[in-house]
Amino acid sequence: MTDAPRLPETRVRPAAKARGLTPIVPRATVAGRALVAVVAIMTFLAGLTVGTVMGIRTTAQSWRADVAREVTIQIRAGDAASVDTQVKIASDIATQTPGVSAAHVLTTDETSRLLEPWLGTGLDLSDLPVPRIIVLRLAPSTPPDLARLRRVLTDRIPTATLDDHRTWSRRLGAMAEGVMVVGLGLLALVTAATVLSVVFATRAAVATNRTVVEVLHFVGARDGFIAAQFQRHFLKIGAQGGVAGGLLAALVFVSLTLLPRIGAGSDPESPSVLSWLEPGLWGYAGILLAVLVAAGATALTSRITVYRTLRTIQ
Amino acid sequence: MLVRFENVGLRYGMGPEVLKDVTFDIAPSSFQFLTGPSGAGKTTLMRLLFLSLRPTRGLITLFGRDVSSLDPDEVAVIRRRIGIVFQDFRLLDHLTTYENVSLPLRILGKEEATYRAEVSEILHWVGLGDRMHVLPPVLSGGEKQRAAIARALIGRPEFLLADEPTGNVDPTLARRLLRLFIELNKSGTSVLLATHDIALMDQFDARRLVISDGRLYVYD
Repeated sequence: MTDAPRLPETRVRPAAKARGLTPIVPRATVAGRALVAVVAIMTFLAGLTVGTVMGIRTTAQSWRADVAREVTIQIRAGDAASVDTQVKIASDIATQTPGVSAAHVLTTDETSRLLEPWLGTGLDLSDLPVPRIIVLRLAPSTPPDLARLRRVLTDRIPTATLDDHRTWSRRLGAMAEGVMVVGLGLLALVTAATVLSVVFATRAAVATNRTVVEVLHFVGARDGFIAAQFQRHFLKIGAQGGVAGGLLAALVFVSLTLLPRIGAGSDPESPSVLSWLEPGLWGYAGILLAVLVAAGATALTSRITVYRTLRTIQ
Repeated sequence: MLVRFENVGLRYGMGPEVLKDVTFDIAPSSFQFLTGPSGAGKTTLMRLLFLSLRPTRGLITLFGRDVSSLDPDEVAVIRRRIGIVFQDFRLLDHLTTYENVSLPLRILGKEEATYRAEVSEILHWVGLGDRMHVLPPVLSGGEKQRAAIARALIGRPEFLLADEPTGNVDPTLARRLLRLFIELNKSGTSVLLATHDIALMDQFDARRLVISDGRLYVYD
């Protein structure tokens, strides 16, 4: 055979036997790396959105539950001895009502602590017409008939009022639902954007490998074999990008919950600045789902694109 | 018969017929040149032969099967019985010469150990024994040509189609490649060699299929 000019030996690769076979679909192409970045970024954004929405949902639910678990009886100030009797009667009525699990009469200390933000410390409440408050804990499973309780109370003690925080609870509920609707809308948009950008980036990356599809086709590879080669390769790319983006999103949420603890003061009970953003188990499950959807969309798109390319080659 | 064309006609879209009433046979273990002026329909005929195009009329039978009745999997199986050497080689730049040549065996799911010796042998046969682990961009035109030929032959095809296999090489190498095809034909493979090169055809007395203006003339 001919003696074609030899090129520098530095370009010669080590023996195939020693290093195993090169994958049929080229591994590190520019389009492949760009696709990893696109999948990572979009999964990160989708992860942030799903985590935030789930965080808001959990927080709103727990706030509403807290508000709904408690009602208060107020007894207007009057003659000390009669007020004490009225408090005793009201407390007895409440505890005898089915569905009320506990009744707690606020002590003078507790009442003055409640008023502290407005009236300052070192207050002598005996000088002021401060109403007495009884906090009722409701059983979550069997809520009491509050209308009946209110009726019985006002019949016996005309100066008593029952506050079930209904207005506050309704407003909070409306706000939480509004936020959820906005959040779900955003989530739908981000999901659509993620899937679309992953689909188009994958199609572009497969297009750069058209020669590979053609050659495999002409040497007699079955369509299923060619599609499987691409699907495996692109699943790897999708998983790399997806895991990177998902981990980053999870890391953001973890660091947000840790961050406010630094210098948050001495009270460990005080809520931290962004504690309402804790996505919870469902939020993290949502991030995992975003990773799976991104990787799955990448693999599936590559398969469909290869089949489409094969139809044009035929 | 290996190949049978009966009154085959082909047009692209609504255009004029580029092949008209083409009728010919290719027998097992035969050797033929396919020639004709540029644009006469050589490449179209080659594409019909390796099932990359379907005729708009007429009947094509390959290995006894009517090609119009084949599903994609059957097309793949028939292609494995045909070796194709493209004019532009179609080597994959990210695979070594060795890997390119072994591709037809790899797609069958064979273990590398089972074909290593065979691929190495064919590469030595085409004179690329010391270029096995080099990537195609590093190969010369003649070397690429031989790698493409080796890839077409590795699956031991019954029918070899070569489109201008000497188009990119000097006359000396063209003669050597022709000898390689003749040697292959002697071992039982039918060969169809598409070429413009009259001098090359004059070196070997074989059947000539001449396409002119979409019609095929056979000179036995």
